Amino acid sequence: MSAQSHPPSPWGKGWGWGFGIGVVPPPQPLSNGEGLPSRAISLALAALLGILATSAQAQDIAITNATVVIGDGSAPIAGGTVVVRGGKVVAAGAGVPIPAGIPVVEAGGKWVTPGLVVAVTDLGLLDVEAVDESNDIEGDKGPFSAAQDAATGINPAAEPIAVSRAGGVTRAAVAPLSTNAIFGGQGAIIDLGHDADAVNRARAFQYVQLDEAGARRAGGSRVSAHAILRNALIEARDLARRFGPTVTAGDPRLANAMPERPGDALLTRFDAAALIPVVNGTQPLYVRAERAADIRLVLALKEEFSALKLVLVGAGEGWLAAREIAAAGVPVLATPLGDLPDRFEILAATQSNVGRMAAAGVKVGLGAFGDQPRYAPQYAGNLVGLTKVPGATGLDWGKAFAAISSIPAEILGMGDRFGSLKVGRAGDLVLWDGDPLEVTSGVVAVWIDGAAQPLDNHQTRLRDRYRTPTEGELPKAYEW
Amino acid sequence: MNLPRLLHRSLLLAGAGALLAAGGGALQAKKKDEANPAVSFNKDPYPSTYKPYPGWPTALVGATVFDGAGGRIEGGVVLIAEGKVKAVGGADLTIPEGYQRVDATGKFVTPGIIDIHSHLGDYASPAVDAHSDGNEMTDPVTPNVWAEHSVWPQDPGFSRALANGGVTSLQILPGSGNLFGGRSVTLKNVYARTVQGMKFPGAPYGLKMACGENPKRVYGGKGRLPSTRMGNMAVNRATWIKAQEYRRKRDAGKLETRDLAMETLVGVLEGEILVNNHCYRADEMAQVLDMAKEFGYKVSTFHHAVEAYKIGDLLKANGTCAAVWADWWGFKMEAWDAIPENAGILYKAGACVVIHSDDANGIQRLNQEAAKAQGDARRAGIAIADAEVIRWLTLNPATAMGIDKLTGSLTPGKMGDVVLWNGNPLSVYSRPQMVWIDGALLYDAANPKRRPVSDFELGNPGMGDTK
Repeated sequence: MSAQSHPPSPWGKGWGWGFGIGVVPPPQPLSNGEGLPSRAISLALAALLGILATSAQAQDIAITNATVVIGDGSAPIAGGTVVVRGGKVVAAGAGVPIPAGIPVVEAGGKWVTPGLVVAVTDLGLLDVEAVDESNDIEGDKGPFSAAQDAATGINPAAEPIAVSRAGGVTRAAVAPLSTNAIFGGQGAIIDLGHDADAVNRARAFQYVQLDEAGARRAGGSRVSAHAILRNALIEARDLARRFGPTVTAGDPRLANAMPERPGDALLTRFDAAALIPVVNGTQPLYVRAERAADIRLVLALKEEFSALKLVLVGAGEGWLAAREIAAAGVPVLATPLGDLPDRFEILAATQSNVGRMAAAGVKVGLGAFGDQPRYAPQYAGNLVGLTKVPGATGLDWGKAFAAISSIPAEILGMGDRFGSLKVGRAGDLVLWDGDPLEVTSGVVAVWIDGAAQPLDNHQTRLRDRYRTPTEGELPKAYEW
Repeated sequence: MNLPRLLHRSLLLAGAGALLAAGGGALQAKKKDEANPAVSFNKDPYPSTYKPYPGWPTALVGATVFDGAGGRIEGGVVLIAEGKVKAVGGADLTIPEGYQRVDATGKFVTPGIIDIHSHLGDYASPAVDAHSDGNEMTDPVTPNVWAEHSVWPQDPGFSRALANGGVTSLQILPGSGNLFGGRSVTLKNVYARTVQGMKFPGAPYGLKMACGENPKRVYGGKGRLPSTRMGNMAVNRATWIKAQEYRRKRDAGKLETRDLAMETLVGVLEGEILVNNHCYRADEMAQVLDMAKEFGYKVSTFHHAVEAYKIGDLLKANGTCAAVWADWWGFKMEAWDAIPENAGILYKAGACVVIHSDDANGIQRLNQEAAKAQGDARRAGIAIADAEVIRWLTLNPATAMGIDKLTGSLTPGKMGDVVLWNGNPLSVYSRPQMVWIDGALLYDAANPKRRPVSDFELGNPGMGDTK
């Protein structure tokens, strides 16, 4: 078989950090951009790798001769350069000068993109989904709902974070939690850096379900869910009034004041307090809704609660209400590629949903796809594929990539921090061995805030152990 | 690949097999068996009524052809007529008169995609409780149930698998809640009023079995055997012992009543029914292979097999295929050691690789799953040619399902199950442009009227939309 005749793998023992430069033949030369002789270049590579292997500190770096993807919807730029200093992008594009003395990665035509941003994931909240003890999503036997704070469950060392990082995901929005009510708690925005400090923004948004699943949590009907939501927002507004203006600046759950509340209050004080920023419009409300009729009801909430900052999640039938969504200026984190009438609320599901909403002027990012965040590029690539299918609506390449980078970042309110390679954004870079939306491509290197990231994980170590499955002189357990 | 040929399913009467076993020709024994319904019964009581739809002679000209058996032709010509693949060749292949030419320049042709692991129809869309028909979880041993009696032929998922996945044949399995889940059924992906109208003519039955977490969780939760992996094996072995006894009694002419469960298991012991064993962990697969030897049957395919890469040598030696996803990982404890290089390492070990879906969405992107596995293999230093990767979706599953004499490759005389792709199927950007099943054009991206709409979708929003 042809598989027997290829050259030996470049992965050797001790390549523990999995830093990919040099992994994919031909070996990637490293130059400083000023024509240093080869010995100097290899010293520079060693120095660079040395830095990488000992710390996750931000470092200045230039990646040159790359196909550069800015991530803002524009087309890829061949022969481009990206420069990161002080953990931030200082330049990206064609004809960018390389600052003197900065370590340079010669990309040899490989692709550089912003790190992927995946919204509405369970990253960090679990190790193994089906192992209850390792799963911190399921809090529905607890007393609180809206007050639950996803940031308090995030484990930066969780293996799914390492695996997702190796797939090019650098930032994520973590929600919803499974609670005792329609509220999915307060979501967190995290980075996937190999360090102890994952949470970028805690309590970044509140999550509520106004879909079929929410109806079940509400006692069995959408009607009940809508009543519960309105009552909750009114109780929050009432509690804010009783607190007075001083407590609403920080985390209102932790306010010292304990004002009297009406005896018929349904929400716990903690839950009601958590909803104050929602009803004030300082914390976005992410609303899961699928059916076109449900989406229209969500948009109409603004008539009753004018300060709400709404984000639609899911929106499986969004294309049927695309003009209304666009007119309301409500962005969407859409589940991509759903095309089965799997529930009665998505009878009109089609893979063209995202493309049709975007064409109608809706700001659409991909999210809430329910499986591994590292699949984001495959989903985006499929949307590009749709552009060749008669009668279907997809996205062009630039917009498809933006749907997994800058657009979700903007929807998260972090568009000025990360999600693109515009000047001043975080130095979240991914180096790919080919077109990043193509399923045969893979990640070569990742930086987050300018810090080179390890890409090894449980899976890569199993791969290396079982590349040759039979035992050698010692059991497999001694190969590590 | 060295997959043994298992299948001899031409005999409709089990009694004939018993006669052969007894030496044959004994008239008295024959008369006795014919009178005994436990021995002499119709093995195909719900026969396929599938009939190919009309086609017209078609020549696909100028495409890159992956023949499904590892071959690749640039600028090739594929001829389809009378429901069959007529000829496959290079640009010099003569196109007889009367063939409608399809300009396939820059496009790709493959055999119809085959999914060895689907629950379309037995877990149909919409996924409401009323459609949950895949697991008879009232007993861990239900080889008596047949998936075809659950399949709803109006599942909208069949159309998505056709239009987006190029799937022309698929095996519908019972779920994995039970140790012995029941019989599978293999279908042509052609809508019909009845399941019989979809049944793949001449396909052998399969038996679904399951290792590991699912059966022990389901029945442990009910406070009964099995609640452990050793309980799984104990029940499995006790069941095979019963099947052996049943077979001995049958051969001795001592059976008086039929037993549907035992008939299925004896079918396995006699090589007529193929074992499809859901199993994640390498150590459990090895136990099952020994169990198969203990009782004298063969495991055709391990499904899911996320740790197959650890035992590629063992699988190769046993002639057992591994049907795998590209990179599902970590969702349950027994999937913790899944790696994206699973298929690649298996391939390198010389084992039989099949890419499967187990999912109504995944079945629409089996080509992409294969491509992902190819890319991950390449990065691990295992280069696999495109034409070999296509085999994971075509001839390999056909062989594992016992239909490789009929379909699975673009071999003249085989069924005219063909996909014309608008680009390389191993690219995320490519989709089926046209799909033929038995020579009939049943999907054409350019013609909305060649896009099936199931009964369920009639009158629904989005009826007939591109999906």
